[in-house]
Amino acid sequence: MIDLHGFGDQLLQGALITVELAMASLAVGLVLGLLGAAAKLSSIAPLRWLATIYTTIVRGIPELLTVLIIYFGATIVLMAIASQFGYDDYIEVGPFAAGVTALGLTFGAYATEVFRGALQSIPKGQHEAATALGMGAFRKFQRIILPQVWRVALPGLGNLFLVLLKDTALVSIVGLDDIMRKANIAVSSTKQPFLFYATAAVMYLLLTIISMVVVTWLEKRASRGMRRG
Amino acid sequence: MTFKKIVLGSALVTGALLSSVMVQAQETIRFATEGAFAPFNYMDNTGKPVGFDVDIAHALCNDLKAKCVIVTQDWDGLIPGLKVHKYDAIIASMSITPEREKVVAFTNKYYSGGVRFMGLVGKNFDLKNLSGKTIGAQRATVAAQYLEDHYGKTANIKLYDNQDNVYLDLESGRLDIVLSDELPTYNWLKTSGKGGKFEFKGKAFLKTDQIGIAVRKGDTKLKDQLNKAIKDIRENGTYQKINAKYFPFSIY
Amino acid sequence: MDFSVVVEYFPRLLEGAWVSVQLVALSVVLGALVALPIALARISQNWWIKGFPYAYIFFFRGTPLLVQIFLVYYGASQFDVVRESILWPILREPYWCAIIAFTLNTSAYTAEIFRGAIQAIPEGEVEACKVVGMTKAQMYRRVLLPRAFGIVLPAYGNEIILMLKGSALASTITILDLTGMARTIIARTYTPIEIFLAAGGIYLVISMVIIAIFRQVEKRQNRYLGTVSIKVPDKG
Repeated sequence: MIDLHGFGDQLLQGALITVELAMASLAVGLVLGLLGAAAKLSSIAPLRWLATIYTTIVRGIPELLTVLIIYFGATIVLMAIASQFGYDDYIEVGPFAAGVTALGLTFGAYATEVFRGALQSIPKGQHEAATALGMGAFRKFQRIILPQVWRVALPGLGNLFLVLLKDTALVSIVGLDDIMRKANIAVSSTKQPFLFYATAAVMYLLLTIISMVVVTWLEKRASRGMRRG
Repeated sequence: MTFKKIVLGSALVTGALLSSVMVQAQETIRFATEGAFAPFNYMDNTGKPVGFDVDIAHALCNDLKAKCVIVTQDWDGLIPGLKVHKYDAIIASMSITPEREKVVAFTNKYYSGGVRFMGLVGKNFDLKNLSGKTIGAQRATVAAQYLEDHYGKTANIKLYDNQDNVYLDLESGRLDIVLSDELPTYNWLKTSGKGGKFEFKGKAFLKTDQIGIAVRKGDTKLKDQLNKAIKDIRENGTYQKINAKYFPFSIY
Repeated sequence: MDFSVVVEYFPRLLEGAWVSVQLVALSVVLGALVALPIALARISQNWWIKGFPYAYIFFFRGTPLLVQIFLVYYGASQFDVVRESILWPILREPYWCAIIAFTLNTSAYTAEIFRGAIQAIPEGEVEACKVVGMTKAQMYRRVLLPRAFGIVLPAYGNEIILMLKGSALASTITILDLTGMARTIIARTYTPIEIFLAAGGIYLVISMVIIAIFRQVEKRQNRYLGTVSIKVPDKG
């Protein structure tokens, strides 16, 4: 057995934080992605511009920099807003909240494109059929559009999630106790960089494999009603 | 799991997150330290920060009957983090320098520093002229600034995120010589088992270097409280006890 | 907010940007060279030929680039064997460690892009090659690879932008790339937001230039074709 010098528990705790961070960012990112896609397909021009600015900026700036900017910038922005309302105590944005915001923003920008493609893949006839059956806009979206968007978007979203999972390592730079930071701490104390970075690599690989299995399962479920071939 | 549920769940998580960006009242003192600067501040293998700085912080809180929260933050994010209220004070073996005093306020010193070169045993250096040599130091420290100002034109200077990585690269042979605070290096030479391989080069300098606790400018209340507490623990012997835990001589 | 520091330090940020551009350019060129044989082996029918590229691609796409950089830079130098080898003059330089890590990383993604492109070429063209009596090597050199090159361009342009973004991690191993330079400046000025935003702006400009260049090349390369698109996963 490999001797982790008593840091095994720490690394496992780090893995838990990594998973939590990834799941929370995924949730935020999915919402942003749907909103972004809706805005890009909207008939209101300023909404489309806003969405394009969002995806262009976020996709053109390194994720590491996004994390750093949000970590240091969010508090200042939030406090400026709060002081407008006469509130002048400080507002805490910890590494976790900063990480979720930064990674959620990144995921959302890429997911916007995935959702847009999926929304566009639904034939116009279905919109018309739903309207002809007397469905309102909301019901049409909920019953006809969403289930299909989900199926078409899943493979793309799955890939984005694997990217997100690896990007969580960047949040260690602002001090979140994830796998990467726990590995750094272990290296500091044991002077065994190879051992601990290799262990971290294996842990990320395992998380990747688990995610892939889950995505495949979801894809199978989502296409239950589809014809084969 | 339907897509609807997922969207709903996502919205809930987003809402919960926003509300978790919580607003706290200041009844505790929140200290930040680095956690990579043994023996002053480093992480034990349960992931908690420990060391001289941490012990001093607890002693000060004890004296002030305040609750102590100690968080860790990478070195070059410490002052920016203080400025944006991520914590109230920095106790991380930080030297009091004119540059830093432009952006933060310092308490009186809680120990004295000084920097010193270190390199391979038996290898001789002309410390006045290190041209062509690769010198390492931690980014955003007094040592780094000294290197940039005095050797920046002639030597190859490499700056690291933390002191541990400086040691790692000295051991690997990527660095010829390093400049860092004398006391942690003294400790490293004693405790890491590398004392036979590496040694101090030349004498310590910048001995007037004083280490203080940084607080936000204008936070004079906290600064005065901490100054009083430093004085108290110096007088009631708590400081000396902590000092003896780490060094056999006074570092005040 | 005080943006005068940005004006003052802008030339140094540009110096850093130049290092970033060099790192990316070298890595993607070397990465493409490494990727080609891997992609070819990956589409082999023999499991023992495609086994290695499969594992290689899986490892480099399944772990964070940050872990890979630390493994190359701090991990490898832990061993005396490495430090005493003839490779040490290269491995002791952070610059080359970054190039090595980036090259390995991008080659795994690029190999998948190449594979997708080769497999996207219509079966009929392969059959046509066989009919006119080309050998396998001829077929690859004359038809499949040039065709794949045209198909590959959009995805490959994306990959270069992702590499540009990934190159910010060079700053974690003492390299003064754009991000490293920004962090060093902040160490003196304590103005993280202003300097990071400026650095972000420069990254944005560089990626827009890359996009523009690729649009031009695509236009030229595919001018005689309709559009053929392939699906390639993103990376991190």
